[in-house]
Amino acid sequence: MSDTPRFPIESGCPDGFQYLHPSMKKNFGAWAYHERPRPGVLRHVAKSGDEIWSVRLGTQRQLGPYEINLLCDIADKFGDGYIHFTIRSNMEICVSDPAKVEPLIAAIEEAGYPVGGTGPSVTMISHTQGWLHCDIPGTDASGVVKALMDELYEDFVTEKMPNRVHITTSCCQINCGGQGDIAINIQHTKPPKINHDLVANACERPSVVARCPVAAIRPAMVNGKPSLEVDEKKCICCGACFPPCPPMQINDSEFTKLAIWVGGKHSNARSKPMFHKLVAAGVPNNPPRWPEAAAIVKTILEAYRKDALDWERTGDWVERIGWPRFFELTELPFTKFHVDNWKGARHSLNASAHIRF
Amino acid sequence: MADTPKNPERHHTFLPKDKKSSKDFHSTPNLDELEKGPWPSFVTGLKRLAMEEKFGNMVVDLLGQLEHSYNTRLGYWKGGTVSVFGYGGGIIPRFTELMGPDHKPLFPECKEFHTIRVQPPAGNHYTTGMLRQLSESWSKWGSGLVAFHGQTGNIMFIGTDTENTQHFFDDINAYGWDLGGAGPCVRTGMSCIGAARCEQSCANEMKIHRLLVNNFIDDMHRPALPYKFKFKVSGCPNDCMNSIQRADMAIIGTWRDDMKVNQEEVKSFVADKGRKYVIDNVITRCPTNALSLGDDDTLSVDNRNCVRCMHCINVMTKALSVGDDKGVTILIGGKRTLKIGDLMGTVLVPFMKLETEEDYEKLTELAEEIIDFWAENGLEHERCGEMIDRIGLVNFLEGIGVDVDPNMIASARQSSYVRMDTWEEEADKWNQRKAG
Repeated sequence: MSDTPRFPIESGCPDGFQYLHPSMKKNFGAWAYHERPRPGVLRHVAKSGDEIWSVRLGTQRQLGPYEINLLCDIADKFGDGYIHFTIRSNMEICVSDPAKVEPLIAAIEEAGYPVGGTGPSVTMISHTQGWLHCDIPGTDASGVVKALMDELYEDFVTEKMPNRVHITTSCCQINCGGQGDIAINIQHTKPPKINHDLVANACERPSVVARCPVAAIRPAMVNGKPSLEVDEKKCICCGACFPPCPPMQINDSEFTKLAIWVGGKHSNARSKPMFHKLVAAGVPNNPPRWPEAAAIVKTILEAYRKDALDWERTGDWVERIGWPRFFELTELPFTKFHVDNWKGARHSLNASAHIRF
Repeated sequence: MADTPKNPERHHTFLPKDKKSSKDFHSTPNLDELEKGPWPSFVTGLKRLAMEEKFGNMVVDLLGQLEHSYNTRLGYWKGGTVSVFGYGGGIIPRFTELMGPDHKPLFPECKEFHTIRVQPPAGNHYTTGMLRQLSESWSKWGSGLVAFHGQTGNIMFIGTDTENTQHFFDDINAYGWDLGGAGPCVRTGMSCIGAARCEQSCANEMKIHRLLVNNFIDDMHRPALPYKFKFKVSGCPNDCMNSIQRADMAIIGTWRDDMKVNQEEVKSFVADKGRKYVIDNVITRCPTNALSLGDDDTLSVDNRNCVRCMHCINVMTKALSVGDDKGVTILIGGKRTLKIGDLMGTVLVPFMKLETEEDYEKLTELAEEIIDFWAENGLEHERCGEMIDRIGLVNFLEGIGVDVDPNMIASARQSSYVRMDTWEEEADKWNQRKAG
């Protein structure tokens, strides 16, 4: 550190307006309509008649100076020098001259980046940090996403799905990856293993006890030292105790599994926003390619692609055809674990004679 | 690598011939697998960084530790306390836990590997010049690895030690960037591309985003709240920022007059796609049966029953558009799983006009009321939505001084087990509000 500390300039969130493409500045709040001329390209037309073409490309999310300069060089040479990032870490390079679109796409593809992710495609997977940087991950995130996007490459660069597919991965049950049409999340299957020698020094015990959603953790004296104990019958293996108390190790090389969830969406379009629901569990956490998880994701995507109507999201589709048909079409096993037993579970049970045969 | 690039010097699979870092690469057979396949590989990116002179050895060891995680299926980072002068949060400190038999780090060069969270510009817009400048600073003071963006919306500058954290911050802070939030504080906000490029925008997302976040900048930099608090802004009910599931306070643009219909464009859409397509994909998909296609291929809309779901506007982008009387719906208490399960945001304000400076002031005041009440009444590590779950929506509304509204519920009460001694008073309040 320097000798005389410098006080920070608390400027907060920078004004995005200063970095807007001139056409976006000029037509701010005055756009008329948009089209998708081809996968990965959006054409927005302003009320003034101006156009802006956005070319969307998939990235590895973690970029170094080489990738940043490579993509910025393309944006400078073939685009207009402006870049926008989507919430799913896709990059968009925008131009106002339609003649620039094809050369821009060619340059991006030549550099090895896929153009796509618009409309009814499988867009980039939103993900967390995993083993690269997180302190509580049960799996990796960048690796799972790279392995899956290799498998789903064609579905990124084409628009052949009934509607958009948002996939998310989360490397613990806190679920930072978010809700997805398909979510691949860690599911711990065994209670935490406690290193009693470390608990007294490393944990604020009352807050660990308070953190447990099912009151399975109690203070206890172990080997003459203050520690904690877990009622293993009550424990739901959520891992909430691990972040404030690392000696309560929840991750396990064998029993930390993956689970797959389906039907989450945040858009209000057609149906109200929905949470994703469990469809498969016990999936091995199997680096570096996670083939078992990839196979289930592809099975679900294929069933959705074949059976859903245009504009139906996975959640809309399952609501229409019903869960029994979903398990029939995907050939995934239906188990007692699919029946919710948490607070308010009765709302998720079938209280009607509505049955399809 | 699957294919030989045609232009290896300008390709994402390029690796320089000269390795300037002094430490030899560890064997990484698992990670090497992730260099195959068509999707751009973060592993190749890490290897490129590991060949750099400055911080190259740090990334060599990072690759070693990551490979170790792939072998043992466990993570090896622990948190700690690192911040820059004047702030209490914004850095994600990481120290390796992976020790050898001598209790010294197995991968010593990355024994400290902190992430610096930086707030992106509202709407995630950049010029190439800005991106290059940030990247240059990070190559000077850190590993060079940047994630655009983390799930809270921050630009994540991944990998540096404690000392360089301050240098990097000083550098970028001087040219206009500020840290985001980490810990129990107001967090970095997010807003969709909105009015900058989208005809469906019903609000000035960038303005709302900056107004809310920057109003609470002290609560972001000096964490002292029960837990995290997030603002997210979407310009329309498509909610591209996922505010309803991920924000404690979600601001979603909407309108309250009639949707706009260009009947000539409707006719040409029907002529182009056919009546069956329009009936199957637009008319019958309306969740409230508010649409009807006339025999003359014009569209009539029952606007009183339209719930502004956006579906028909999404399909017929040229023919249909949002109304003129624009504003926002505000929802409260959305969050992810820990600890009582996912909670969807609940409607708090069905419609708020955001036109004048007074309107924006009202929005800020509402956010202040909410955060103050939650800071007073939330338990440690309790999100705002969880507090509402514990105390009930009505107590929360009374705490922040907002009246009940039938738009707040999906259905009215089903349980008769409730004391209603003050029914008359409450009914009077409603009648007075209706009259006044």
